[in-house]
Order: sequence, then C-alpha cells, then structure tokens
Amino acid sequence: MNEILGHFNYGIVILLMMMGLYIVIASSNLIKKLIGISVFQVSVFILYITFGKITGGNPPIIVDNVDVYSNPLPHVLILTAIVVGVATTSVGLALIVRIREAYGSTDEDDINDIDKNDNFYLKNRSTT
Amino acid sequence: MIANLELVIDICLLAFLIMIVFASIKITDLFAVTMLFGIFSFVSALLFLDLDAVDVAFTEAAVGAGFTTVLMLSALRLTTRFENVKHRHSLLGLPIVILTGAALLYGVADFPNMGDANAPIHHHLAPDFIRLTQQKIDIPNIVTAVLASFRGYDTFGETVVIFSAGAAVLMLLGMGHVERKQEPEKNLILWVVVKPMIALILIFGLYVQFHGDFGAGGGFQAGVIFASGFILYSLVFGETYARKVIPATILPRLSALGVLIYGVTGLMSLISNKPFLDYNALSSNPVGGQHLGILLVEAGVGLAVFSTILLIYYSFSGREVIHYE
Repeated sequence: MNEILGHFNYGIVILLMMMGLYIVIASSNLIKKLIGISVFQVSVFILYITFGKITGGNPPIIVDNVDVYSNPLPHVLILTAIVVGVATTSVGLALIVRIREAYGSTDEDDINDIDKNDNFYLKNRSTT
Repeated sequence: MIANLELVIDICLLAFLIMIVFASIKITDLFAVTMLFGIFSFVSALLFLDLDAVDVAFTEAAVGAGFTTVLMLSALRLTTRFENVKHRHSLLGLPIVILTGAALLYGVADFPNMGDANAPIHHHLAPDFIRLTQQKIDIPNIVTAVLASFRGYDTFGETVVIFSAGAAVLMLLGMGHVERKQEPEKNLILWVVVKPMIALILIFGLYVQFHGDFGAGGGFQAGVIFASGFILYSLVFGETYARKVIPATILPRLSALGVLIYGVTGLMSLISNKPFLDYNALSSNPVGGQHLGILLVEAGVGLAVFSTILLIYYSFSGREVIHYE
C-alpha cells in the first residue's frame, strides 16, 4: 500500500506527460499542439517538485523551531523554468501567428497541402 | 495526521489535473481549451503549494494562470478559434504514447517513495544550501538565496533567455499600433472595480519584489505581477491609454537594462579580484555584500521580466488581424 501511494505521483505525472504528448501527435492544429507541449512541461515541473518533497517537512523558508525543510534546489530550477517556459511559449505563438498570416491557416495538414500546391500559397500570401 | 492530509489533497488535485487535460483533448473549441489550460495551471499551483514549493506555486499562479491565458487569447484573436476534427491522427498517436508511457513507468519503478527523507536527492547539495544560507547569507528564504547567490550564473542565463525571447517576439510581430476603433466598450462597473485593484496589484508587485528575501517571492514573480497590473489596465481602459502610461518603445530598453544591472553586479566583483557574481566583494561585511548583491540582482531580474512580459503582450495585442475568405 505504501509503495503504491509513494509512487502515485510519478504514475500520474507520466499519465499527464503522455496526454500532452498525445495532443502534440494527434492534433494537427498548431495552437493545440503548443498547449500539449505546455501540459507536458507542467508535468515535468510536478515531477521535480515531487522529488523535493519530504513528508512532514516545511517550505524552505527558515523559521525558529523547525528543522526539516523540503529540498529547495528543485524549487529554484522549476521557478525559473516556469518563467522561461512562458517566454518560449510566446515565441511559439508568435511564429504561429506569422504562419497564419502567410498561409491563412493554423492547421498543419492544410499548410502541407498549400505547400504542395504552391500557386495557392502565392495567391493568398500576405503582402506585408 | 497532517502528512496524511497533504497526501489526500495531493491525490485530489492530481485527479483534477487528469480530468482537465482529458477534457481539453476532446474539446475542439480552442477558446474553451485555453480557459481549461488556465484552470490547469491554477490547480497545479495549488499542488505545488501542497508539496511545500511556495515560491514555485506563486510563480505558476502568476505566470500560468494569469499571463499565459491572456497571451493564448491574444494569439487566438490573430488566428482561428476552432480545431479541424477531421485532421486528427489518433491512430498514429495512441501506440506511440502507450509505448513511451510503459517505458517511463518501468523507469520510475525503482524511484524512492515520495516524501522519503532518506532519498539520495536530499543528501547531496541540499543540506549544504540550507546550512550555508543560514551561515553566509543570513536571509530566511533559502530559495531566493540559492537562486540569486549560489546559482547566480544559472539565473543570469535564464534572464538572458527571457530577454532573447522578448527580442524574438519583437522581431516576429513588431510592437504593433492601436487604432481608435479597437477601443473596448465603456463599462462603468468594470472601470470602478478595476481602478483600485490595479493600484493594489502594483503595490503587491513591489512588496513581492522587495520582500522576496524574507518570504515567498522575488524578481520573477514580481515582474509578472507588475506587468499583469498594466495588462489589466490595458484590457479594461483600452490600449491607447496603456501605451501612454508605458510606451512600447521604452520596453526593449528597460528589458536590456534589467539584464545589464544583473551583469554589472557580477562585473563589480570581478573588478575587486573576486569570481564573477561573488557578492562578498560588494561590501566590507560579507553578509552585507550578499544582501546588497541579492537585492541588485533581483531588481535586474524583476525589471527584465516585467518589461519583456509587457512587451510580448503589446506585440500580440497591437497586431492587426488579417481576414481570409
């Protein structure tokens, strides 16, 4: 029983990670793919924070009469990763916006079709 | 008893997360998926809080639930709202996902139990960080001490990444401009409610910035909170006014200034023949030097994050929508 509860978080993290991966593979919409990547990313964050947890521990802010603190190192890594994550997500979204402006679609299959049929692309390309 | 309660909350929140992601796989309306993702971020922030990671929870709540949702919605405005269901490759995805998941499950089988104080991760570096923070830096928040001092190089790199991401978005989308006709409708209730809230958000942002040494918080969170105050102003009162308060043109400069403050703090220790980012050199009293160094570095991070986040928002919201068909 203890073994199952102790590994519960890892199992759920892997389930979340695979659901994110599934969205990336199965959906052909670029924005949905980016959301899938973000879900994948958050599941990695949860994995790291789970590593840092100590049962009965306290948040790593020093106070009197407390000896056990959870591990601060994963917290530092993930804290910066979250902000870097949103910055890179915004670069991805900016690229998607430019793709939409050039092709008129955010659907990967449509974009592939347009690329195969180049005339269509030239006709609808934005001039700016 | 308290440990058990933490586990119960953990299990409930994880169940919520699974349900939210499952729903967003099925739903094809990207507007709904974006809102679900905001909820997903907020629930994961609660989970981080339950797992003792207060600083991470703070960041995830401000960034994930706050800014990312606004960003995704601005991107949806410029693209299309609905996903084409006919273009789903479910058959391709399922076997890959099941295989990878099974391999990963096999991999985690010999991990130590969650919360085990004897796990290897808790016996390397972490005890040193906790001990040295009390001895050499003397601030209560260990996360801030590790972030700004022990692992200052790492944080410097991450600040540069954020700055570069802002520059990349600027190159892709430009700063944008606003036309009068795009202004939001006048809504008296929103105006009255939001105006005092903005003041509170900005004061809270400053508190988080300067109280980060003592409690949860720091430059990363403060930058995002401060930027969201301006984003809220821009959403409710219109971007014309927001751009008068903070013009888009000064934001790239502020962002660069933030990175520069961080870098110069590092260089100052080089000048006094100490390693890069060794704050002991900043003052005759080593502990005082550490305090000063952390304050300066956090200010640089806060400024860089604030201006980059606001710049990214301006880039998306100021872009003109191109209509097809």
